[in-house]
Amino acid sequence: MAKSRSAYSVPGKIGKIERHIIVVWVDNEAGVLARIAGLFSGRGYNIESLAVAEVDKKKHISRITIVTEGTPQVIEQINLQLKKLVPVHKVADFRRGEKDILFRELALFKILGNSKKIEKVKKICKKFNPVILDKSNKSVVIQVTALRAEIDKLALDLKSLGLISTSRTGAVAMTKGPKIFN
Amino acid sequence: MPKLLSGAEIVFKALEDQKVEYIFGYPGGAVLPIYDELKNHKSIKHILARHEQGAGHSAEGYARSSGKPGVLLVTSGPGATNAVTALTDAYMDSIPLVCISGQVPTHLIGTDAFQECDTTGITRPCTKHNWLVKDVNDLSRILHLAFEVATTGRPGPVLVDIPKDIQFKKGKYKFFKNTLKKKLNGKATHKISNSELDKFIDLIKKSSKPIFYTGGGVINSGPEASKYLRELVSLTGFPITSTLQGLGAYPGDDPQFLGMLGMHGTYEANNAMHDCDLMINIGARFDDRITGKVDEFSPGSKKIHVDIDPSSIGKNIKVDLAIVSDVTELLKSLIKRFKEKNKNFVNSNKQKTSKWWEQIEKWREKKSLNFINSEKVIKPQHAVQRLYELTKNQDTFITTEVGQHQMWAAQHYKFDKPNRWMTSGGLGTMGYGLPAAIGVQIANPGKLVIDIAGEASVLMTMQEMSTAVQYRLPIKIFILNNEYMGMVRQWQELLHEKNYSESYTAALPDFVKLAESYGCVGIRAKTPNELDEKIKEMINIDKPVIFDCVVDKAENCFPMIPSGKPHNQMILGPEEEKEISDEGKILV
Repeated sequence: MAKSRSAYSVPGKIGKIERHIIVVWVDNEAGVLARIAGLFSGRGYNIESLAVAEVDKKKHISRITIVTEGTPQVIEQINLQLKKLVPVHKVADFRRGEKDILFRELALFKILGNSKKIEKVKKICKKFNPVILDKSNKSVVIQVTALRAEIDKLALDLKSLGLISTSRTGAVAMTKGPKIFN
Repeated sequence: MPKLLSGAEIVFKALEDQKVEYIFGYPGGAVLPIYDELKNHKSIKHILARHEQGAGHSAEGYARSSGKPGVLLVTSGPGATNAVTALTDAYMDSIPLVCISGQVPTHLIGTDAFQECDTTGITRPCTKHNWLVKDVNDLSRILHLAFEVATTGRPGPVLVDIPKDIQFKKGKYKFFKNTLKKKLNGKATHKISNSELDKFIDLIKKSSKPIFYTGGGVINSGPEASKYLRELVSLTGFPITSTLQGLGAYPGDDPQFLGMLGMHGTYEANNAMHDCDLMINIGARFDDRITGKVDEFSPGSKKIHVDIDPSSIGKNIKVDLAIVSDVTELLKSLIKRFKEKNKNFVNSNKQKTSKWWEQIEKWREKKSLNFINSEKVIKPQHAVQRLYELTKNQDTFITTEVGQHQMWAAQHYKFDKPNRWMTSGGLGTMGYGLPAAIGVQIANPGKLVIDIAGEASVLMTMQEMSTAVQYRLPIKIFILNNEYMGMVRQWQELLHEKNYSESYTAALPDFVKLAESYGCVGIRAKTPNELDEKIKEMINIDKPVIFDCVVDKAENCFPMIPSGKPHNQMILGPEEEKEISDEGKILV
C-alpha cells in the first residue's frame, strides 16, 4: 500500500517562529468571538491565550487580545485575515519583547496553610503586586499581576507551599507614553 | 409614521430595491411566510430547484455569467446544510451569492426543534459574513448590508438566517445604501499611487523574459478589465498565460496567449513561468495547482501581484511589488501612465524580448496538448475540439463538472470573451456544471449553454434536469462517458500501481433513456465519424439535451505536473509516465 500521508504540496521551508500579541477591536455582537476563534482554528493558527471584554459601552466595541505564535508569513496572514472580517474595526500586532508595549496577566492563587506559610507566600509574591482577596484561618486567595513567564514560575514555586487552585487570564496589552494603538 | 411591513414583505422589498430578478430556491416549513409573499412580487421570478445544492450552483452560474449577485432561498435545517457545498464553492471561487435561509422561530432556537440547525455556526467558515436576524427592525439593514458585503471587495457568499416568527412580525423598512463605511478588503480606500505605477512600469521596462499570469480577478472585475488587459498585453508585446478561472479574459486563440498554466497547463506556459525574469500576476492567487513545489517556483523572477484581497498577497509566494487594487482600476491607470512616457514600446522593446519569444516558440513546438487520435473510438480531447469547432461561431457559454473532462475542456475549448466559462476551480465540486448551466441559461436566454460533463460528476446533481425541463431551459449536457471517475482512475494508474480502487461505476443509467424520462432529448455518439453529425443535431434542438459521448475509457489527461514537482518537470505523455518519484506519489 502507498503511504497514507497526504498533502497538497510539498511543505516549503519553515521560517522562524515568533510570538506575537494581536489586539483586535470588534463590534460586540453575537458570534463575534466564534468568528475570531474559528478563523484561527480553521486556518491552523495557534491561540496561546485570549482576553476579551467590551471596552466601549456606547459603541459596543470589544477589545480582544490574542497571544499567538507563527512564522512571519503566518503572522502577516493572521493580521490580514482578521482585517477581512466584517465586525473587525482594527488590528494591532506586537512582538513579545517590544520595548514600548506593556503586557500584563492576572492570576488568582488559592493556598492552604497556616499563617507562617502564608507569610512566606506573600513574600514570594511581593514583586507582583499581591492583593489578598480572601483569608481564612486555613487558606488565602491571592491576586497577582505579572508577565506570563513570571506567573508560570510563581505557580511552580507556590506548589510546595500549598497551592491548590490557579485561575489566570490571558494577556492584555497597552502602549507606553501618550501614544495609543491605531 | 411609515407603514409597517411583515418580515416576509421586507425581504421582497429589499430584493426589489436590489433589482433582483431571479431567486433560486426550495420551499420548506421555516420559509413558508416568504414563499407565501412571492405571489405579490411579479418582478421577481423564483426558480424551483430539485435540491438546495442545485439551487446554489444555479445561483453561482447566474452570477458568474451575468456579473450580478445570485440569490438563494432555502429552508432551515437540511435546506441550509444542503446549501453548504454551494456556499463553500462560491467562497473559494469568489462568487457573489446572497443566501436567505429560514430558521425555526426565535423561541425554539437552541431546543433541537424540528429542522433546526445552527445555520450561522455551520456557514461561518464558508461565507464572507452571515447574520441571524433577531429583530424584524434590523432586517432591511441586514439584507442591504448582505448584498453589499457579497458584491464589494473580493466577492463571495453571505447568508441571512431569518427565524419564522421574524418573517411574520411587522417592522419598518428602509433602503440602506453603502452602509459599510469601513474598507472591505482594501477596495474602498486604497488609491493607487503614481510611485507604485512607476515601479510597475520600471519592472516592465527592465525585463527581458516577462510573462503575464492572470486569473479570475480579471473576470470578477467586470468586462472592462478584460478590455484593458488586452490593451496592456498588446502595448507590451509580452506573453500571457491564464489560470483555470481566468480563461476568456484574453482571447484563447491569440498568438501571445500561451494557454492555461498549472498542473494540466501547457508546456510553454509552465516553462515560461519557471524561467521568466518578471512575473506579472493580475488577479490570481498562487494556488497550489499553479505553483507546484513552492520552494522551486519561478526561482529567478521578480514578481508583481495585483489583487483586491490583501490576504491573497504574500500568502503562498513572496512578491517584489504588491498592489492591492481592483483590476480594472489598476489597469486603467497603469495603461494611462505607461502610454504617457512609452510611445511605441512594443517596437523599441522587440529586440530585448526576441530571445525569450524564440525560447517560447521552442517550447510550443512540443505541442503539449497533442494526443493520439483514433478512428475507432472517440478520444475525449477530440470530442471537445469538435464541440469547439462546431460552436465557436456563436456566443457559447460553457460550464463543467470536475475531473478530466474539465481539464480537457480548459485545454481545448478556446474562449475569447469573459463570463463564458463557469467551472468549479477552488473547491472542485463534482456536480457543479449541470445546475450552473441552468443559472447561466436563465441569465442568458437564447444563448447556447453547454455543460461539458463526466458521467460520474453529472450523476451527483442529475435531478436538476427536471428543473431545466420545467423552465424550458435548452441546456446541453455533453457527457464524456468513460465509465470511470477519470481523474481518480488516472491518478491510480500513475501513482497507485493501477489499483483502480472504487473508481469504476458499474450499472450506469442509460443516459438516452434517462433524458427521455425527464422529458428532454437523449443523443448518443459512439464513433468518431458520427460525432459531428450528432453534435450539430444537439445544437439544433431547442430543448434540454443529454448527450452521451462514449469515449476512450483509458485516456489520460496530459500534460501534467506531478504534485511536488516544479514547473519545468512536466510529464508530456504516456511514454514519460514512469518518471513519477515515490515522493510525488504521496501527494494529492
